[in-house]
Amino acid sequence: MITAARNYMIFIRRCTRIAFVGDWRYYAWMGLLTVISLLGLNAYAKQLVHGLIVTGMSDEVSWGVYIANFTFLVGVAAAAVMMVIPVYIYDNEELHDLVIFGELLAVAAIIMCLAFVTVDLGRPDRFWHLIPGIGQLNFPRSMLSWDVIVLNGYLLLNVHICGYLLYCRYQNKKPGKWFYIPFVFTAIIWAVSIHTVTAFLYVGLGGRPFWNASIVGPRFLASAFTAGPAIIILALQIIRHYTHYRITDKALLTLRSIVQVSMIINVFLLVCEVFKEFYSGTTHGVSARYLFVGLHGHHALVPWIWTAITLNLVAMVILVLPVSRSLRWLDVACVLSIVGIWIEKGMGLVIPGFIPTPLGAIVEYVPSLNETLVCLGIWAFGLLCYTIFLRMSVPILQGRIAKSNEGQPEIQGDEPETAPVADPLPH
Amino acid sequence: MTPTLPPPDDKTSDASMSRRNFLRGAAAFGGLTALAASLAPLRQLEDFSSSEEFLQKYYKELTPDDMTKVISRIEREVQKEYGIRPHVRDLKPMDGVEFVYCLNLTRCIGCRKCVHACVNENNQSRNPEIQYIRVLKMPHGSMDVEKGDHTYEAKSVPEKGFFYMPVQCQQCQNPPCVKVCPVNATWQEKDGITVIDYDWCIGCRYCEAACPYWARRFNFTKPEIPKERLNPNMAYLGNRPRKQGVMEKCHFCIQRTRAGKYPACLEVCPVGARKFGNILDPESEVSYIMREKRVFIQLKEEMGTSPRFFYYFDK
Ligand code: SF4
Ligand code: SF4
Repeated sequence: MITAARNYMIFIRRCTRIAFVGDWRYYAWMGLLTVISLLGLNAYAKQLVHGLIVTGMSDEVSWGVYIANFTFLVGVAAAAVMMVIPVYIYDNEELHDLVIFGELLAVAAIIMCLAFVTVDLGRPDRFWHLIPGIGQLNFPRSMLSWDVIVLNGYLLLNVHICGYLLYCRYQNKKPGKWFYIPFVFTAIIWAVSIHTVTAFLYVGLGGRPFWNASIVGPRFLASAFTAGPAIIILALQIIRHYTHYRITDKALLTLRSIVQVSMIINVFLLVCEVFKEFYSGTTHGVSARYLFVGLHGHHALVPWIWTAITLNLVAMVILVLPVSRSLRWLDVACVLSIVGIWIEKGMGLVIPGFIPTPLGAIVEYVPSLNETLVCLGIWAFGLLCYTIFLRMSVPILQGRIAKSNEGQPEIQGDEPETAPVADPLPH
Repeated sequence: MTPTLPPPDDKTSDASMSRRNFLRGAAAFGGLTALAASLAPLRQLEDFSSSEEFLQKYYKELTPDDMTKVISRIEREVQKEYGIRPHVRDLKPMDGVEFVYCLNLTRCIGCRKCVHACVNENNQSRNPEIQYIRVLKMPHGSMDVEKGDHTYEAKSVPEKGFFYMPVQCQQCQNPPCVKVCPVNATWQEKDGITVIDYDWCIGCRYCEAACPYWARRFNFTKPEIPKERLNPNMAYLGNRPRKQGVMEKCHFCIQRTRAGKYPACLEVCPVGARKFGNILDPESEVSYIMREKRVFIQLKEEMGTSPRFFYYFDK
């Protein structure tokens, strides 16, 4: 027992060490992210003192970019795990080792989600009211209480899976199937649930016709399965470029087909929604009208949503054409879809739900500088976490940080591999 | 096995070692300084909740003893801040009472006296001003709130061709705001009033998004009430001063109505457009109105919220 604990401590210490060493590019990147995170922290400290008045939100538009980013990132977290499906269900070997990068992305995304919800609270000091047992979690009536449970559960699941696989890898031990396969499958179902629950958060509100539509749930999933794998495609290429970690083009192209199909479904669902809102001409469509064409001279969101639609359409065209088999075009399509979906899920879904208010007043919303800094800070912090996770996991997967080389000279992290270790992640 | 420290990197000489250590130390020091600097605004955090408030239990779990302590804490805090000793009560709903509001749209002239009487009675923040009642100026012939004007400024009211519709919390029998609250900080009481425990609300604003009548208001910053305007007659679930970051809304003047008085908005109305009372009492004015008048309008009836707030017309 004690030896096991001691071994684990050594593992943790070596992982921590590697997170703090690297070449100047690594330091520059981490330094930049730290600075932005601290700027965000500073902005949040101001918000704690003065209240949410330092944001652009109001009684009319009572949720803004915090919740918008939260919604987007839940999608990313959910989709990151979807990579697991081809691996475990279809036994796709190419993606096998890469699953862990997807799950680490999920962990980083959930950390960001939780941060975004926290900064949105008026009284973060009372968070303990949410803890069952000592607080009063309104489960199962409140959709927000469901979200609290599924998000935290999802975080634990993924931390467990990644941590377990990496530690086994470090010890060069075969992972016990029963210790992770059931969790992997739970995580897949759970991934669908976190996103569905988040969609229901909106769908359940009868007083907001823009959200109160059954198509919101499926659209959430479709857009998530586009943006999530798109982010992973980019992340994998960055890993490949900076670490000598072997990632095949074939793996990337497998992901491409996921992005491709999801994007087509996403655009199709968008068309369905637009048709329903506009063709019937009922007064229920006012929010949609505000979003797409403007209402009574107010059109703050119009340029955003058309940008998003253009980006999505261009991305879709690139993705269905054979050109996207070339990585350069695939990257372009990925970037376009990520930005397009971020706008669509954020500016395009959360904000127009509040405009006009249920009493018909039109008050527009523009995020304030302070609010934007908080958001940037959280994004930087999330990237910082993801970078650290990759920094630790890549050498472990390569076998360069392993139990067998404890006590030998530590690597600096990015020197070219001398003896590539070939055995793949045990299945 | 014994843990061994990683041996020094191979190319290390003493000099580069100490240089590296120095750089590490400098980086750590710089990082900590930057962290402290970015947290500096927190020094202005004045009224962070006291440990008493932080640890306070949920309203429904407070024993009478706990409640006495909570009330004396609130009285102390109010006195410290406003220099006035308030009288805070925890008024419970009365048996056999269910409150209902009726509003006569034929009479209402849109003077907004109720709006301001409410602010004075219920100790809302004056800067920024929080108002529970929103009066809509509506064109004749429509009950569609989309057509309402929220910001009308007229030299004299009523204006021809319009009627006026004040909207406040409708005290729904089936309140969506209660359903969505993740921490049960808002609930419906026996007498039909939906209340908020301002000491339990976490400020997520989900209820504000859920309310189909836009009745909820959030304290986006610390409420500001001039000392001389404070109403010292307070109720725990009613008009006691709120803190930054919590939700509030109309509660049918709990501090008055549970003590047998009329709401402030009713008393101030110059044309008697507002009627309030116990619907379970067949002799009450509201029961009479509900019996005698032909048409009632529950705003957005199709929502299924079933408001306890009825609009009616004389002719
Ligand atoms: S009007 Fe709004 S705040 Fe009042 S009870 Fe109904 S849903 Fe809740
Ligand atoms: S803002 Fe307060 S009362 Fe409203 S849902 Fe959130 S915790 Fe409940």
